[in-house]
Amino acid sequence: MTRINVTVDGVGYEDEVEPRTLLVHYLRETLGKTGTVVGCDTSNCGACTVHLDGRSVKSCNVLAVQADGHEVTTIEGLAQDGELHPMQRAFHDCHALQCGYCTPGMIMQAIDVLNDNPHPSEEQIRVGLEGNLCRCTGYHNIVKAVQQAADEGSTAGASAGATAGGAQ
Amino acid sequence: MIPARFDYVAPTSVADALSALAEAGDDAKVMAGGQSLLPILRMRLNAPETVVDLGRIEELRGVRDEGDHVVIGAMTTYADVLASDLVRQHAGVLTDAIEEVADPQIRHRGTVGGALVHADPAGDVGAPVLALDAELVVTGPGGERTVPAAEFFRDLFETAVGEGELLTAIRIPKHTGWGSRYEKFVRVAHQWSIVAVAATVRVEGGAIAEARIGLTNMGSTPLRATAVEQALVGKAATEDAVREACAAAAEGTNPPSDLNGDADYRKHLATVLTRRAVLAAAGA
Ligand SMILES: Cc1cc2nc3c(=O)[nH]c(=O)nc-3n(C[C@H](O)[C@H](O)[C@H](O)COP(=O)(O)OP(=O)(O)OC[C@H]3O[C@@H](n4cnc5c(N)ncnc54)[C@H](O)[C@@H]3O)c2cc1C
Ligand code: FES
Ligand code: FES
Repeated sequence: MTRINVTVDGVGYEDEVEPRTLLVHYLRETLGKTGTVVGCDTSNCGACTVHLDGRSVKSCNVLAVQADGHEVTTIEGLAQDGELHPMQRAFHDCHALQCGYCTPGMIMQAIDVLNDNPHPSEEQIRVGLEGNLCRCTGYHNIVKAVQQAADEGSTAGASAGATAGGAQ
Repeated sequence: MIPARFDYVAPTSVADALSALAEAGDDAKVMAGGQSLLPILRMRLNAPETVVDLGRIEELRGVRDEGDHVVIGAMTTYADVLASDLVRQHAGVLTDAIEEVADPQIRHRGTVGGALVHADPAGDVGAPVLALDAELVVTGPGGERTVPAAEFFRDLFETAVGEGELLTAIRIPKHTGWGSRYEKFVRVAHQWSIVAVAATVRVEGGAIAEARIGLTNMGSTPLRATAVEQALVGKAATEDAVREACAAAAEGTNPPSDLNGDADYRKHLATVLTRRAVLAAAGA
């Protein structure tokens, strides 16, 4: 077992983990943060996307021990004081989900896209979401939601955890 | 899926990593960004006793200017290379290729060194590194040696990096003012290259003065299209002249046949993609 110190959604945790524990399993099973889901075996689908020190990663392809000393933000850390994050609200407004399975990862990656580029073109949004698969929506409304969040400007990309840099 | 049990060490210097490897012996595996290694461990295609994580070795990260070379630390992530103006300016074809690797999440974790040592023939980093005549710095218990890219790739998933050794840096001679293009052919988004071509070209007075071309997935290692490189010298940067020179792109290649296409199809693709890449790199 290896001792790790990780900040997840603003709260510090200290745990003993087996080195082989994947970050996504640590989040779901040790911390009970089941908002982050697993959608594949191959690190293709993106459903498990979280932010590690403010940049998006596939948490099924990171070991919990690699996150030792770092900060993780999950879908559960976005809403503040009961207020949805602007990207969550935009997904809701634009009907950007059907079954919702891809949504946690899609929203985390969409925020990363805006952190990188606050005013992306439609093409840049689609390319930025390349590693996130959705079997239901056909992506159209997802792209619209990201555009809406981008148009709202200011906070859309900013507040995924304390360390997320980018859009002002 | 969950990997088999392993011991984990996370050294903070190259020296400590080398001793950890020596101590762990045969059954140790180095981990860089983990973006190829972790899928392999999860599928249990490999089950090392010890994983030596290079992720905490700061000296292996970052891009440096060393006179007529750009030096990339082996643990520099794809994302950090994309953010580097030095690489974009002096080794643009590497930037072009990395833009086509996987997706943003994987580019935040995956490293240039990890990709080179992994040496997947469909991987996108080998061909540009070969085309740029880079040198790979390999460090072992006996010290450091430098391997030219042309001697680095040995076979499928096999490189000049031996057991107990680390790839520590990639030294790229500056190709300042050269045009570049990476033409990657895939059928769906987010796919490995069926075939891809890395071209970097220096144009002088409307004619091609020098050209370097690397091929992805046209054999068990990345390959140089030397016949095309020679045929292009002195040619006008026009569609017709370039088309003729690029007809030889598949010469000496031995591409795989699989569900994405048979070998002949790949050979055809190589000529088409080489022409497109050279024309784009020449600004034509
Ligand atoms: C869904 C998905 C899609 C992908 N698509 C593409 C794609 O389109 N194009 C592409 O090129 N790649 C693709 N990749 C692979 C990706 O580029 C990997 O990140 C890269 O191949 C490995 O880099 P890494 O730093 O993650 O290395 P790791 O996975 O950590 O290591 C890879 C191998 O290299 C060894 N190693 C690593 N670093 C060193 C070192 N410094 N010294 C000695 N040995 C070392 C390890 O022991 C291991 O055997 C994809 C991966 C995934 C999961
Ligand atoms: S569960 Fe991580 S990418 Fe599919
Ligand atoms: S809403 Fe069902 S997978 Fe995207």
